[in-house]
Amino acid sequence: MELLRKLEILADAAKYDASCASSGTEMRDSRDGKGLGSTAPGMGICHSYAPDGRCISLLKILLTNACNFDCLYCVNRASSNVPRARFTVDEVVKLTIDFYRRNYIEGLFLSSGIIRSPDYTMEQVVSVARKLREEHRFRGYIHLKTIPEADEALIAEAGKYADRLSINIETPLEDSLTKLAPEKDQRAIRRTMGRLRLKLDETAEAKKTVRRARPPRFAPAGQSTQMIVGADAANDRTILSTSANLYGAYKLKRVYYSAFSPIPDASRALPLQAPPLVREHRLYQADWLMRFYGFDAEEIVEEGEGMLPLDIDPKLAWALRHRDRFPLDINTASREELLRVPGFGTRTVQRILATRRTTTIRFADLAQLNVVRNKALPFIVLSDHRPSPSLLDGASLRARLRPKPQQLGFGF
Amino acid sequence: MHVVTLDSDTDFDGWRKAARALAMNDVRAADVSWRVKGAAADLFDDQSETRLPDVPKGAFSVPASFMELAESAILHSDPNRFALLYRLLWRLRTNHDLMDIATDPDVAQANALARAVRRDVHKMHAFVRFREVGREREARYVAWFEPEHHIVERAAPFFARRFADMPWSILTPELCAHWDGSRVSFTPGVSKAEAPTEDRLEEVWLRYYASIFNPARLKVKAMEKEMPKKYWQNLPEAKLIQPLIAEASRRTSHMIAEPGTEPHKPQKRVEETAMTRKPTAHAPAAQISRDVEATDLQTLREEAAACRACPLWKDATQTVFGEGPEHASLMLVGEQPGDKEDLAGHPFVGPAGQMLDRALEEAGIDRSKVYVTNAVKHFKFVPRGKIRLHQKPATPEIRACRQWYERELAAVRPALVVAMGATAAQSVFGKITQVTKNRGHIVDLPEGSKAMITVHPSYLLRLPDAEAKAREYALFVKDLKIAAAALKRAHAA
Repeated sequence: MELLRKLEILADAAKYDASCASSGTEMRDSRDGKGLGSTAPGMGICHSYAPDGRCISLLKILLTNACNFDCLYCVNRASSNVPRARFTVDEVVKLTIDFYRRNYIEGLFLSSGIIRSPDYTMEQVVSVARKLREEHRFRGYIHLKTIPEADEALIAEAGKYADRLSINIETPLEDSLTKLAPEKDQRAIRRTMGRLRLKLDETAEAKKTVRRARPPRFAPAGQSTQMIVGADAANDRTILSTSANLYGAYKLKRVYYSAFSPIPDASRALPLQAPPLVREHRLYQADWLMRFYGFDAEEIVEEGEGMLPLDIDPKLAWALRHRDRFPLDINTASREELLRVPGFGTRTVQRILATRRTTTIRFADLAQLNVVRNKALPFIVLSDHRPSPSLLDGASLRARLRPKPQQLGFGF
Repeated sequence: MHVVTLDSDTDFDGWRKAARALAMNDVRAADVSWRVKGAAADLFDDQSETRLPDVPKGAFSVPASFMELAESAILHSDPNRFALLYRLLWRLRTNHDLMDIATDPDVAQANALARAVRRDVHKMHAFVRFREVGREREARYVAWFEPEHHIVERAAPFFARRFADMPWSILTPELCAHWDGSRVSFTPGVSKAEAPTEDRLEEVWLRYYASIFNPARLKVKAMEKEMPKKYWQNLPEAKLIQPLIAEASRRTSHMIAEPGTEPHKPQKRVEETAMTRKPTAHAPAAQISRDVEATDLQTLREEAAACRACPLWKDATQTVFGEGPEHASLMLVGEQPGDKEDLAGHPFVGPAGQMLDRALEEAGIDRSKVYVTNAVKHFKFVPRGKIRLHQKPATPEIRACRQWYERELAAVRPALVVAMGATAAQSVFGKITQVTKNRGHIVDLPEGSKAMITVHPSYLLRLPDAEAKAREYALFVKDLKIAAAALKRAHAA
C-alpha cells in the first residue's frame, strides 16, 4: 500500500483522540548541533487548525488500525469494515522527521490498535520512540499511548523516551465500558494509571533527594486520559466526579472530554447523531472550574440535577443558585470569592488584586480588566456601581443573561 | 521640541538611551517627537532639537516589569509606540507602582501592544512553513512569512534552537533571517517571488490535514480565532479549508444514514484471548458459593480482586489484599490501604508502612516472616484537587470486608494476630474495642490463636509534636516486643 493511503487510514483512525498538547515538558533544544528539535518554552505550539476547531500540534497517527478488541464506539474495532493499514517503524520515524523539519508539527502522538498482545503492541510503539530518540536524536515532543497491563520494563522505557503517556478511561461508567468494550477492563486501566503515577512520583522524589545520580527520565509532561461523552447514559455529575477522582488518584495533567461523534461504519448500538458539542464545551468549563477556580465536583452540578445547563456556563449557573453570596464588592472581596464571580477569569482576578492595592476600581475600569461585563455586573459592587436588589433577586435574571439562541451550538 | 531618530523599528537600545536622557532632563512627553531612520520623515521646523541633552548624575530605576513590557511593545507596528512608552517612563518617575494598575489607559494600551507582539511571535513560530531546496546533504530549508509586527529578530532564535542541524532561511518583506549552522544573520527584506513555491512533502502534509479533520464536528469560528485568515495565504494546507467545510455535512449525514454493514468476523482471535482475558471474574463476592469456598491464599486474592461487597471498590484503584508467607506465625492487621498502597496494590508500602518497618526491626521482628493485611481492603477517600484525603471506614464497610479477614485467618492460621488501631480491632474481635485501654495484652481468640491490640502506625505520623511522637513510638515498639515474646513462648510450647 502506498504511504499516502496508509497515512489517510491511520490518521483518520487517530482523530478521535482529542489530546494534542505539547506543553509542560522539560526544556530541550539542539543548539549543540547533534540532534533535531526543541520543546516549546511555556505554552505549546499549535502549528495548524482544522475546520473542526481542533489544533494540529502533533503528528497524530496509529501504528496500525488492526485491533483485536471490539469496542463498539471505536472506528477501529475488530468487527468494523474500515480498511486496515500498518506503518512500519521506519515509516513513522521518517514521516515525523520530514514533517518536523518543515515546521508542520511539534512532534509525534503515537497510538495503536492492540495486535497480538499488549506487550507486543507496546513494544512496537516504544520502538518508534526509541529510534527517534536514539538514532535520530530527535528532541521534539513525543506522546505515547500506553497499553494497559503492559510489562513494567516496557512502561519504564516508554517513559524514558516520551514526554507524555496516556491511557484512555473511555467511559465515565465502568458498567458501560463492560458493555461497549468487552475486552477492556477499567480496573486494569486504573491499575496502569496507578503504576504511572507511582513512577512519576518516584522520579519527582529522586530529583529532590539524589544529588549525584540523575534519576531515569520518566514522562516529564505527565499523564492524561480521555472520556467519551454521549456514548453511554452517564450524566454530567457522574462524569465530573469521575474526573475529580482521576485527578486526585493519578495526578493527571488533563482529562479530555470527547463528544461521541458518528464514525464510518458505525455500530447500530450507538446514538448516531450529531456529537453533543455544547455539552462537551460545558464539561470543559466545569473541568476548569475544578482545576483553577476552587470548585468541588459536587457543587458544580445543581443538587438533584444530573446535567449542566447548556444555555449558560456552569459558573454563571452556580452564581444564579447562590444569589445570597452576591453582590460582591470587588474592591474588598477575597481571591477565592472573586474567582466565583461570573465573567471573571483567573487573569482578571490577578489584575484586580494587583490594581486595587494602589487604586480603587470603578465602573469605567472594567473595560481594561477583561471582564465579561453583562455577566459580571449583576453580581458585583464597585465604588460607583451597585446592581439594583430587584435585579439580583428577580426571576428574569437568568433569561437576561442567557445568550441569544442563535449564538449557541456553533463555533464557540 | 525634541526629535529623536532611532536606527530602526526595533532599536530598543536607542530608544532607551534617548528616553533616559530626556526623562532625566525633565523633558515632557508632549515635547518629544520619535522617528525611525529612513522612514518618510514629515517636515519638521528648524527649531527642533535633534541632539540629546547630557545625562545628569544620579540613578533612575524602573521596575523590571516595565523593561519586559517595553522590549515587547516596541516591536509593534503602531507608530505611536515610542511616545507611549516614553509617557509611561515619565509617569513611572513619580509613581513607581504604575505598572500594577491594569486599569490605567497607558498601561492598558502598552499591555495590549506587548500582547499583540507576543502573539505575532507565537504565530510565526507556529505558521512558518519551510520548503526544501535541493536534496540530501545539499538541502536547505527556506520559508516565506509575513509578520504583522517587527518581530523577525525576536522570533529567529527559536528556529536556531530547534533546527540547529539544518541550514534555513526565513524570508519576509521587511527582514530575512538565516542560519548557517553556527549563527543567525539578517539581511534586508525581499519579495515573495524570491521564496520557493513547492516542496515534495506538501502533498503528504495536505493528506494528513484532510484526514485528521473530523467532519462531524465543524467549528469554523474556533479555527479562525486561532488561525486567522490573514495567515492562510502562506499556509499550504489552507487551500483545503473551504472544500473540507463544503463536504463536511454531506460526509456526516452519510455516516449517520449509512446502513450498518455486516460485521466483519475477526479471524485470528484464539491466541489473544488468553492474553487479554480479564484476570478475575466480575461476580460479586457475596454471591460466591460458600461450599466451594477456597482456602488457599492465591485463590482468595483472586476472588477478593473482584469484590463488590461494599461500594468502596468504585473509587479505588484495586483491592489491596494481605501479603506474606502462607503460614506465618504472626499476622498484622491494619485499618485500610492508603494512597500509595492503592496505587501499588501492596499493603503497608507508604509512609505508615515505613514507620511499621522501622518499629518491627527495633522489636526484633522480621517483616518478611509476617503476614500483613488490612481490615478493609479498599482505600476510602475523598478527592481534594490533586490529593486524596483518607476517610475512616464505616462499620458497614468493616463488616462487609470482614469475610476476607476471616478467610485469610483460616488460611494462614497464625499463632498471634496483632490488630493495629480501632478499625482492625473491630474486625479482629468482631466488636468495637478500645485501643488505649486494651493495648499490649495478649488475649485468646475463639479459633485457638491469640490476639493483641496496639495503635496504628499512621497515628504516630499524625502526632504534631516530636516529643509525643517519640513517646508514642516507644510505646508502639514496646507492644511489638510483647508480641515478639508471646510468639517465642508459642514456638517453645
